[in-house]
Amino acid sequence: MSVIEVTDLRKSYGGRAVVDGVSFCVEEGEIFGILGPNGAGKTTTVECVEGLRVPDAGRVRVTGLDPVADHDRVSHVLGAQLQEGRLQEKLTVREALQLYASFYPDPADWRPLAERLGLAERLGTRFGKLSGGQKQRLFIALALVGNPRIVVLDELTTGLDPRARRDTWQLIEDIRANGVTVLLVTHFMEEAQRLCDRIAVIDKGRVAALDTPAGLIRRSARATVITFTPSEPLDESEIGALPALASVEHKDGRITLAGSDETVNAVITLLARRRITAHQLRVSDATLDDAFLDLTDTTVTDPSMTESTP
Amino acid sequence: MNTAVLRTEARLLAREPGSLFWILAFPPLLLAILGAVPAFREHQDGLGGLRIVDTYVPVTVLVGMIVAGVQSMPVGLTGYREQGILRRMSTTPVRPSALLSAQMLVHALAALLSALLALTVGRLVYDVRLPGQPYGYLLALVLAVLVALALGSVISAVSGTVKIAGAVGTAVFFPMLFCAGVWLPVQAMPDLMADIVGFTPFGAAAQALNAATAGDWPGWSHLAVMAVWTVALSTAAARWFRWE
Repeated sequence: MSVIEVTDLRKSYGGRAVVDGVSFCVEEGEIFGILGPNGAGKTTTVECVEGLRVPDAGRVRVTGLDPVADHDRVSHVLGAQLQEGRLQEKLTVREALQLYASFYPDPADWRPLAERLGLAERLGTRFGKLSGGQKQRLFIALALVGNPRIVVLDELTTGLDPRARRDTWQLIEDIRANGVTVLLVTHFMEEAQRLCDRIAVIDKGRVAALDTPAGLIRRSARATVITFTPSEPLDESEIGALPALASVEHKDGRITLAGSDETVNAVITLLARRRITAHQLRVSDATLDDAFLDLTDTTVTDPSMTESTP
Repeated sequence: MNTAVLRTEARLLAREPGSLFWILAFPPLLLAILGAVPAFREHQDGLGGLRIVDTYVPVTVLVGMIVAGVQSMPVGLTGYREQGILRRMSTTPVRPSALLSAQMLVHALAALLSALLALTVGRLVYDVRLPGQPYGYLLALVLAVLVALALGSVISAVSGTVKIAGAVGTAVFFPMLFCAGVWLPVQAMPDLMADIVGFTPFGAAAQALNAATAGDWPGWSHLAVMAVWTVALSTAAARWFRWE
């Protein structure tokens, strides 16, 4: 059953279409990722799902309800963590959790929630004195404290150190194991690849691709990467003639080829024919990162898009 | 109105030493200092036999309201919008308007508490007589609080950032203090000036409080001036306020 349905969603600001015909469905119990470069329209899309923005056109349904017209009922089933949100500087963690828990008829017990998010030691600390990671974890706790069926997390691991990020991923998997549907907005490839059942890649306000992480990688022209150091130089033209070849790189005598399984077989045949030994031959699947660059306009240069490459 | 939000906002205001000082401590302190001047404790024929310290009790009552409504509240409300706190609350079953009304109510209560403190200091330290017409006094006080909150809401509505809200609040603050009679109590103003000031929210409030102190029912024209300002300012605030 689809708990979120977005059909042909459109939203413009000042005549510029930020979301330009986005459609997707999120099934109950899945972790659904929305991936895209900065400014692609990810946040605007989820804000329409949260009922914070009124779409110009298209249809949004959350558990069958309109998030704008039925805002009250939607707010009971959907918990949100907003990008760049803040709380009152002098509000303590305990007070924030108690306050937000009081908003819901059947809230979660905030004590174990704080425990699980590593906030148990910080209950008496004021919001303004928390570290960036602690603030993020508090926002996740506030999104979950109402016992929602759906939780929307927008850029939640931005600003976290690698350890805290991994802990947060574990937490999201735990949330899903409890039957909560997760809509995750991210620009971290590793995060999307590790967590998401399905991913919608959004670029320039449109869905560029929608598939499982493995499916997205398979679709890429650079699905397989072969690296080796040849014992003797190889003829450039012979490399260029390899089938399904997407790219070639030379660095310190080492060659990196991107392509498909067909390319792998052809390389091995070529090396055998020339009696060249391939030192440290490595064949690996491309990462989601490679697929992402393939699917979106690569002229957008955003350092954050590549920083999570393993 | 959500009581949990209200309790939280009351607690948060109690953690702002600056706001607490200027709303609650400064007005009674001002009265205490003025009353310490011997000449200000002498009866003056020009003031109808009142002492200067008598005329300053309603003034200091209004100072607390002006600080609460014009200086403290707009900065708080604008900050809540600027920091996305209103937006965060929009995603919960409690509407962000609960936060606005809680902010207004805690500032109203603080302003009334400040008025009570000023009256107490006047009575106990300088033997200023209590309002002769307490119901009329209370009505004038409530209207003065409402107009202060309405004015603060307009400031918050037109100010995009906390910095702007602070600057606009300060620009409005001093003329309002003047009208309330901080530099020259309305009884001591020339008649024409007192009449003009009577059309401003706090000039009208000062004259209504003075009448009630003397034991008369406040003039309907002064009460009406405050009511009209309250309605006009509230309407403007509601029209111009942006949730984000």
